[in-house]
Amino acid sequence: MRSFQQRLPELESRGIQVVAISVDAPDINRRQRQKLGYTYTFLSDPRAEVIRRYDLLHRGAGPKGADIARPAEFLVDSSGTIRWLNLTENIAVRARPQQVLEAFEREEQATPQ
Amino acid sequence: MLSNSDAGGGISITITTMSASAKKSWNWPLWIGFLFALAGFFSYTFFAQFPITRDFPWANLLLFAVGGILLVLGLFRAFGKPRVYRGKILGPILAILGLLMFGFFSYVFFYVLRQVPPSIGAPRVGEKAPEFTLSNQDGKEISLRDLTSRSKAVALIFYRGFW
Repeated sequence: MRSFQQRLPELESRGIQVVAISVDAPDINRRQRQKLGYTYTFLSDPRAEVIRRYDLLHRGAGPKGADIARPAEFLVDSSGTIRWLNLTENIAVRARPQQVLEAFEREEQATPQ
Repeated sequence: MLSNSDAGGGISITITTMSASAKKSWNWPLWIGFLFALAGFFSYTFFAQFPITRDFPWANLLLFAVGGILLVLGLFRAFGKPRVYRGKILGPILAILGLLMFGFFSYVFFYVLRQVPPSIGAPRVGEKAPEFTLSNQDGKEISLRDLTSRSKAVALIFYRGFW
């Protein structure tokens, strides 16, 4: 999460918008975002409906056995098509901004406007 | 005279045994090795900041390896030259504690953290990303269509939450 904030200028200059999604409520997101100095968008999916739709539900993995999202990253193009995704096999291992940038460049080259 | 020399002999024996134990050297590899194991156990939160040492805990495993080598060296000293080095009791204790820390670290990193659902039904590359509308941090409703229409691409990062 922090690494995406650090490389946000680079991502945004290429036209990539960063959006984080979790089960946390909007006010928690607002506070955490302010506290940690994040400027990208945080979306709230408290009942994990979207998380379920993407089959990313990690049952009972949250506090008090709450259902939460497993870490996952998607790159969606302007037509809404998924261009790249990362489903980690280890909770501690997340996608790096570099991977997103590389995937984006590959797609740019593969499909010239 | 006789009793005097006896007393003298007794004293000199006491002195020799005392000086022998005092001369036993500090078995530093045991302690330093244990410190390395401690560092290996507690430093992952630090190394998790850097992708190279986060994705695979090279740094932690290296610390454990150095710690392990030093602990073994310390044990060899303690049991191989018990007259020279200390650590016959403390050595095995530190070594077992170090081994337990290594075992627990490996268990968490290579087993617990890998208990991730398979997500077989997750949308794939080339498919349309399922549409959604969710509240942002200010309570404003935002849809995926809003996001994709506004930029060349959107990086969706699903995360576990701050709790």
